[in-house]
Formats: sequence, C-alpha cells, structure tokens
Amino acid sequence: MNFDLRSLRQQFPFFSAHPDWIYLDNAATLHKPQAVLDAMNTFYSQHNSNVHRSAHGLSQQATAAFEAARNTVAQFLNARFSHEIIWTSGTTAGFNQLVFGLMGPVLQSGDRVLISSMEHHANIVPWHIHALPFGVQLDVVPLTADHRFDLAAYSELLKLKPKVVSISHVSNALGYIQPIADIVRLAKEAGAIVVLDGAQGIVWEKIDVQALDVDFYLFSGHKLYGPTGIGVLYGKTQYLELLRPLLGGGEMIKTVSFSSSSWNDLPYRLEAGTPNMAGAIGLAAAILWLQQQDLTAFQQHKSALVQRFYAGCQQISALELLSGPTTNAGIVALNLKNEHPADLATLLDQQNIAVRAGTHCTMPLFQALNVKGSVRFSFACYNSFDEIDRTLTALATAVELLAE
Amino acid sequence: MIRPDIFTETATALKKIYVNHLPQLRQLRDWQSKYRILMTLGRELPTFDSEWHRDEFLVQGCESKAWLLHYQDPVTTQHFWAFDSDARIVKGLVILILTQVNGLTAEELAEATPELLLTELQLQQNISQSRSNGLLAVLNRVKASL
Ligand SMILES: Cc1ncc(COP(=O)(O)O)c(C=O)c1O
Repeated sequence: MNFDLRSLRQQFPFFSAHPDWIYLDNAATLHKPQAVLDAMNTFYSQHNSNVHRSAHGLSQQATAAFEAARNTVAQFLNARFSHEIIWTSGTTAGFNQLVFGLMGPVLQSGDRVLISSMEHHANIVPWHIHALPFGVQLDVVPLTADHRFDLAAYSELLKLKPKVVSISHVSNALGYIQPIADIVRLAKEAGAIVVLDGAQGIVWEKIDVQALDVDFYLFSGHKLYGPTGIGVLYGKTQYLELLRPLLGGGEMIKTVSFSSSSWNDLPYRLEAGTPNMAGAIGLAAAILWLQQQDLTAFQQHKSALVQRFYAGCQQISALELLSGPTTNAGIVALNLKNEHPADLATLLDQQNIAVRAGTHCTMPLFQALNVKGSVRFSFACYNSFDEIDRTLTALATAVELLAE
Repeated sequence: MIRPDIFTETATALKKIYVNHLPQLRQLRDWQSKYRILMTLGRELPTFDSEWHRDEFLVQGCESKAWLLHYQDPVTTQHFWAFDSDARIVKGLVILILTQVNGLTAEELAEATPELLLTELQLQQNISQSRSNGLLAVLNRVKASL
C-alpha cells in the first residue's frame, strides 16, 4: 500500500465524529475530505455572488471561480472543450436531460435504445418517461451465468441497430467493472451514440473521454468525494448541440420575447437557472484532491479489501455471494440463505456497521437474478483491513443470531 | 376470503406474547438477547395464508414486504389485526406494536401511542428513523384504521 491510511482518514472529519462506526455504504455516498469542505466554505464566506449575471467585480470573481471549476472537470476527463462539461444536480438529473434532449433530434418512433440488465433506475426510468411513450423501444443486454455483462449477447443486440447505447461503467449492485472499451468500440462500429453511466466508475479509474471515444459520460459529485447536488453531464460538442433543453429559464437563453426565445450557446443552454456554484467548486476541489492521491494505490487497496472480505465470507457457510472479487471496483453483495437482507442489515446496524439492504435502485437486475435483494458492502480508499475483520466478526454474530 | 378466526387466533397469540415475552424483553439489557426473542415472535402467530399475500393488503414503503389485515367489530368498535412480513425483525417489531393496540376500541385507539414500547425496550430509538424498514408505514396504517 503506497499511502498512509491513518493520515488519509484524518483528512475526513466525518470519521472523528463517528469513531464507533464502520462505514461500508460508500457506493451510496462517499465522505468528504477537509479540502472539499474548505473550498466550499471559502466560496460562501469570500466569493459568493451570482455568476454570469451581475456587472460588479464580485460577480466576476465568482464567475471566474465557477468557470475554473468547469475547467478542472474538463481536464480531469480530458474533454476537448470545457463547454462539453454541463453541470447537473447529479447523475439522475443528467440522465433526464440527456434522454429528454435526445428525443426528437436523435430518437424517433421506431428507434431502439440498448441498456444492460445491471442498470441503475437512473438509466432506466428516464427512458420510460421521455422515450418509450414516443415509440422508442428498449432492449436489454442479459447477464452471463456468472452475473457479468454478456459481450456476446451485446454484439448480437447491436445488430438491431440501436441509435443509443447506454451502459453503466461500474455496476452499483454487484461492483463489476464493465468492459467499457469494448462496449464503446462495438457501439461505435454499429453506428450508435454511446453513453456511459459513470456514477460508480468515476471514482475507480481515470477516464479519458477522448481516448475512450465515448459520446456522453455522466457522474455525481457526491460519489467522487465531492458535495451532493452537483454532477456532470459530459458530451461531445456535436451531440450536446443536438440536445433539447429540459429546463428553460434564466441563463440558458439569448433573447426572450413573450412569444418565443432563442437559446444560449453551450454549456449555458443546458444549465437553466442559478447553478450550484458552491457545489461545482466543491467538486473541483474533490478532483484536485484526488489528483494528489495515488489512484493506483487506491485501486490496489480497494481490491485487497474486497479479496479479504470475500475470503472471510466464504468461511461463513450459508452466505450466498452475488458478486465475485475479480474486476470488482469494491462492492460485495450477498445474502444469507432463506433470510431477508433487511434482517441481516439490521443486525449489522446494531453493531454499528453501515451497509445497505434491498435492491439498490436496480429492481430489474434482481428480477433477472431471481433474488429478493441483497446486503451490499461497498468499500472506499479510507476503509481498513481492521474494519474488514471487525465486519466479518459482526457478520458471523448476525448469522449466528439468525440461525437460532 | 379472509377466514374470520385469523383475527381471534391472532388476538390470542398477541395476548400470550404480551404476558410471556414483554416482561422478558423488559428485563434484558443486551441487544443480542432482545433480538433473539424479537426474531422468534413471528412463530407465535397463527399461519397467515399465502393467498392473503395480496397487493391490497401490502403496506407500501417497506424494504421488506408487509401485509396487514384489519377488522373492526361493528358492535364493540374494537379493532383487530393480523400481520405477516417476509423479514423477521420487522415482523417482531410490528407484533410488539400490535400487542399495544389489538382489541382497542376506536376511542382507545385514537389515544394510543404503541410506538413508545419500542423506545422503552430500546429497540427503535426514533420511530421516524424506521422509514426504511417499513415500521413507520405499518404504524401509520394501523392508525389510519380509525
Ligand atoms: C450506477 C449509478 N447510476 C446512477 C446513480 C444515480 O446517482 P444520483 O443519485 O447521484 O443521481 C447511482 C447512484 O446511486 C448509481 O450507482
């Protein structure tokens, strides 16, 4: 391990506030390093003014900080232009804008869209709301027998010529890192626009949107050590230009009369209203913080945590593991035979272990797996081996109690 | 068809739990012993026919599934319930709630605060935190029976 876990943890004030807890719900949201909190505090206490609007110098200062944050994200993703970074309130909001925006200019009745069995509701329900009622058809890539993305079936489904392919980078329910390079390449060969849901993937590995040649990439700030209420919709200029704005209002227009309006240029056209300025600045601070860390060491550490936890779980018979430890970004989903995941999670909660139980916003996945739900343990860079061992002990206690 | 004896059988079981298990739970200090009992309370209830696992009885807002049947005696205005859940802890918690309200008249039910029992037993510190396990939804449904 090439980083000092203790000094890393000390950068997260949450842990000193909750020394008795083991937080393994990192896929739901991550904790924030002090650097992020400081940046937001500085913004509100020293730079706060509405961006882009006012003539005064204070507003210009806020605008400069806000646009610098956009540049930070653009460089982080290696986007060609900073106007390709659209601020959203999160991945969910990004998907709603994206799907609404594609409908009409790109998607028409009779067109097909391809998603996978592992998608989060954020990459399913917006299609139901904005596309299916207008005659678009949704196809779904099945799982392989070992619950992974089925590339062979994917290639077959691409023959149906979907206009858009929209797949998660990392599965939030199972933790698997999807073969995104192949997914993007095959989709492009089939002539589709390709979207990646990076909500769980962005924190795992460095993304170069140009090298990957992905058309849209979405993520949330709060799953990247940043604040809630801010997210990013990255898109290639040519495709962002096509999108119809979902939200209308201030900031996104050029001219407005009572009968019509003409729209502003990118990125503002897709950012109606006063943006989440402090959120954008907090997210940029999170990225700058992350860039100072050893991402490869983080990956190795998270993989080691998964391996250790997985091995420990295999010692407890009656546990049914839904995801394996390889090509896994740090999530283990499991069930106790014949018991409800909610019971297992409650008994862990009693022991101050924070996990999530249920279907994790992936109900169709659990229908495909034919299980009720799971208990999800998700790990982050700041978790320790000691926490894994204590969790395994707590898990054994819970299993014993349920066995009586 | 709902078999009417489900309500009388449940009432008998709840009374037994009230007499046998509540004093026990009040005495216990460590959470493991309390949960051990809590998780077995479901076994005391009469069989809840699987045909009643119907959407009309399903309480929305639960991670786990919970079905609540209700009957009010038109003469005495007493309220009776029968309950099932696919999760054991929620089932145990709801049973404890029902021991506090089952058989109450409409007037008595309006005054009842069954959730206080869970606080007293230190099983659920804050009932509003129980949104995710569905206890609050069941409690609201019980109170809405009025
Ligand atoms: C894979 C995936 N997609 C989308 C989302 C939605 O993100 P948010 O709730 O931040 O909008 C999540 C978050 O749970 C996720 O894990």
